[in-house]
Amino acid sequence: MSISNKSVGRRSFLKSSVTTSGGMVLGFSWLASCRPASKEEVLAMPEQWFDINAYLKIGDNGVVTIYTPNPEFGQNVKTSMPMIVAEELDVDWKKVLVEMAPYNAELYGFQFTGGSRGIASRWEGLRKAGASARHMLKEAAAQAWQVSADEIKTTEGVLTHEGSGNSATYGEMAAAAAQIPVPEEVELKEVSEFKIIGHSKKNVDGKDIVTGKPLFALDHQAEGMLISMIVQPPAFGLRLKSISNADAVKAMPGIKDVFSIKTYSEGQEKGGFDTNAFPELVAVVGNSTWEVMQAKKALKAEWEPFAAYSETINGWRGSSTVNIPAGLENTTDHKAQMEALAAKPGNVVRRDGNPEEAFENAANVIERTYSAPYLAHNCMEPVNSFAQVKDGKVFIAGPLQAPGMIEPIISARLGIPVEDIDIEMTRMGGGFGRRAYSHYMVEAALIAQHVDAPIKLMYTREDDMTNGIYRPTYQATYRAALDENNNLLAIHVKAGGVPESPLFANRFPAGAIENYLAEEWSIESNITIGAFRAPRSNFMAGAEQSFLDELAETMGQDPIQFRLDLLKRAIENPVGERNDYDAERYTGVLELVKEKSGWGQGDAELHRGVSAYFCHNSYAAHVLDLSIKNGMPVVEKVTCALDCGIVVNPDAAVNMAEGGIVDGVGNAFFGEMTFVDGMPQKNNFHQYRMIRMGEAPKKIEVHFVQNEIDPTGLGEPPFPPIFGAVANAMYRATGTRHYRQPFLKDQRLLG
Amino acid sequence: MATLTLNINGERRQIDVDPATPLLWVLRDNLQLVGTKYGCGIAQCGACTVHLDKVAVRSCTLPVSAVGDKSIITIEGLSENGDHPVQKAWLEHDVPQCGYCQAGQIMSAAALLKENSKPSDEDIDAAMNGNICRCGTYTRIKAAIKTAAEMR
Repeated sequence: MSISNKSVGRRSFLKSSVTTSGGMVLGFSWLASCRPASKEEVLAMPEQWFDINAYLKIGDNGVVTIYTPNPEFGQNVKTSMPMIVAEELDVDWKKVLVEMAPYNAELYGFQFTGGSRGIASRWEGLRKAGASARHMLKEAAAQAWQVSADEIKTTEGVLTHEGSGNSATYGEMAAAAAQIPVPEEVELKEVSEFKIIGHSKKNVDGKDIVTGKPLFALDHQAEGMLISMIVQPPAFGLRLKSISNADAVKAMPGIKDVFSIKTYSEGQEKGGFDTNAFPELVAVVGNSTWEVMQAKKALKAEWEPFAAYSETINGWRGSSTVNIPAGLENTTDHKAQMEALAAKPGNVVRRDGNPEEAFENAANVIERTYSAPYLAHNCMEPVNSFAQVKDGKVFIAGPLQAPGMIEPIISARLGIPVEDIDIEMTRMGGGFGRRAYSHYMVEAALIAQHVDAPIKLMYTREDDMTNGIYRPTYQATYRAALDENNNLLAIHVKAGGVPESPLFANRFPAGAIENYLAEEWSIESNITIGAFRAPRSNFMAGAEQSFLDELAETMGQDPIQFRLDLLKRAIENPVGERNDYDAERYTGVLELVKEKSGWGQGDAELHRGVSAYFCHNSYAAHVLDLSIKNGMPVVEKVTCALDCGIVVNPDAAVNMAEGGIVDGVGNAFFGEMTFVDGMPQKNNFHQYRMIRMGEAPKKIEVHFVQNEIDPTGLGEPPFPPIFGAVANAMYRATGTRHYRQPFLKDQRLLG
Repeated sequence: MATLTLNINGERRQIDVDPATPLLWVLRDNLQLVGTKYGCGIAQCGACTVHLDKVAVRSCTLPVSAVGDKSIITIEGLSENGDHPVQKAWLEHDVPQCGYCQAGQIMSAAALLKENSKPSDEDIDAAMNGNICRCGTYTRIKAAIKTAAEMR
């Protein structure tokens, strides 16, 4: 395979080679921290390092450091991205050290974790980074040996030339390779030649995690560092009026300062990730966490309702105006509003054939309405950030998914140019979308600037859970028209939510249905929402797949075969032209899960639910086996089939799929946030029910479709369809269909 | 403020602190032992689990004044080289995703195995139900606990 080197990544290689090529970097002790401390596992450090490009440097002893560009929040890109570089470099993985790259958009482009796009977006660039380094090593050897580079072979960090009998390690050639110009074109390996990609490698941070090393921003320490917390309005729809007892709180033990901050300047332009319900907060700063916690509890503030307003958001899809209503909102009102809007015509997003006529002529119409509540992300590491503002420069270390989105906001708010802002992307204690909205970094920087000291801002769990950026609440009504012989004539979906619609009008079953109508609606709100693992898909998949299950039953068909038949239509004679899924790959995961789960050979005690979905360019299908014990559902096993193209690090990919499945089961059973007069009704884990060990599936089997397609998303795709698998299995177990999440709303709380 | 002497990871450490301070914040703020994590502050998530005289406790709600002479072991002191059977099993199964809750999970698992060298699935569920893993690594945690039990 030969891919032109003129597209992705070319600029960054050149850039880095201009700035660092030939530059000799001595190996200092900071590298010692990146590997486990036990002696047998520590690699001997080189005396000299040679920078080859922005993604790697090679030591004179053959040890290679690979810089991983995207933030890590548990999806294991810190291991799998360097594996891609190492593969094309052709180096022994045991000689690879991994370092988190600095945030540097010029060198590394868009350093973003989210949308399941990490590996897919880096695939070509990381391969070229490794391949071009290998090319430079070969060129260096060719010059040294006076032979053609084409005749030089590499194997795990060793260059050999058969004709002359010469051989050298990468370490021996590193100095010369660093002087070789970056190639215009590079040869990439064939998939069949991969020795690292497709072969499981352990998490490079594993040892540090299990020994409790300081990996997270919350662990950050600095000389003279103060602790800061915030006090935010107790309800959406309120804003700060005044602080009532600042002086008394300032006089408490260990407290340095109490003041209010505004996250945005007047009229500052906002982007799509600048959502923030509480742009004015009270900051409490002191010596220790406990003292600040006491002061925070003692602080009294007055809050006042704000008036409705509009703001312009300059998001990914261009500029748009968002209306934020005034008022204190209630979950019961949301439900009534959603029912009312669902009863009216929505905005038609897609129409195929003549659905109205099909419904008019139908012998039987099935109509079912599905709903789901707001969800909080509840990352285990609460919102936090370290910040220092000194000599006109800002240093921030914190958990974030999109440094490139927040840097200009910090710059605009503090009036400090982006060149003087340094962001360290710490390992995140979970993300799930929450940390794409890193307003807390602006807050931390403002607080640090105000007190003129390094500070660590920490939200309590209560602050974190009641701060917004929730998965929205949604509702969808599906209708199907059947003729007198139970043939499917039409499908109609009408979906909406607060404040956004979850609809994907061009996904399956669109394209497989002759007469199809998709409508949507939305309701404005001042409760802030944001991306949550597979946004919108995480509701639509469950609704759609539950409905298809019920439809198949009504039509007297096997639920897997019913889906396969629809997909057959979409393959052979698709309806419409805007179908944004590949019906053959969709079929592939259904067939794989059917085979691996032993579909149709079930145990009478086990109740099976099937579900499949496409999102983030990948395909996922689950068969979930459920039993009932002591009146409670027990997930005995989930069999999962995935098509995400080439799998870079199989065991880590399985881990992430398992996580998505557990997350889905947990949210299907328990996940829910509600509001009374704008106040979130849950603020910690005694109220917000999270899935625990005893409720997790007893067994999970993950199977990947084997193909040579470039990698597509994996962090999100296994998550949405699990809601449908749970609902469908629960129906088989109980005889009752479940339409409203969470399905175990009224069950006992654990804790 | 009071001056207290704690027995932590086999060392005696003196601190000057408000005696009502939960052990978690003494570990993290005063002693720079940040492996023990804050997750909820109300003993509901287990991220702050440490051993107090070999028993797993939630350090976020334990006032430091209640510790007395009892021996405290944190994740940093569980083993000298990160080679406690539970830690080794965790690496073998490549359990962590984000990793934030794992110190607490490991401390709960190590305490369980001290009490019960061959725990059943139900024993593991009961002992580990106080530890939330938001990433959903429960099936791996269970498998790793069984592997650790075999190692001992």
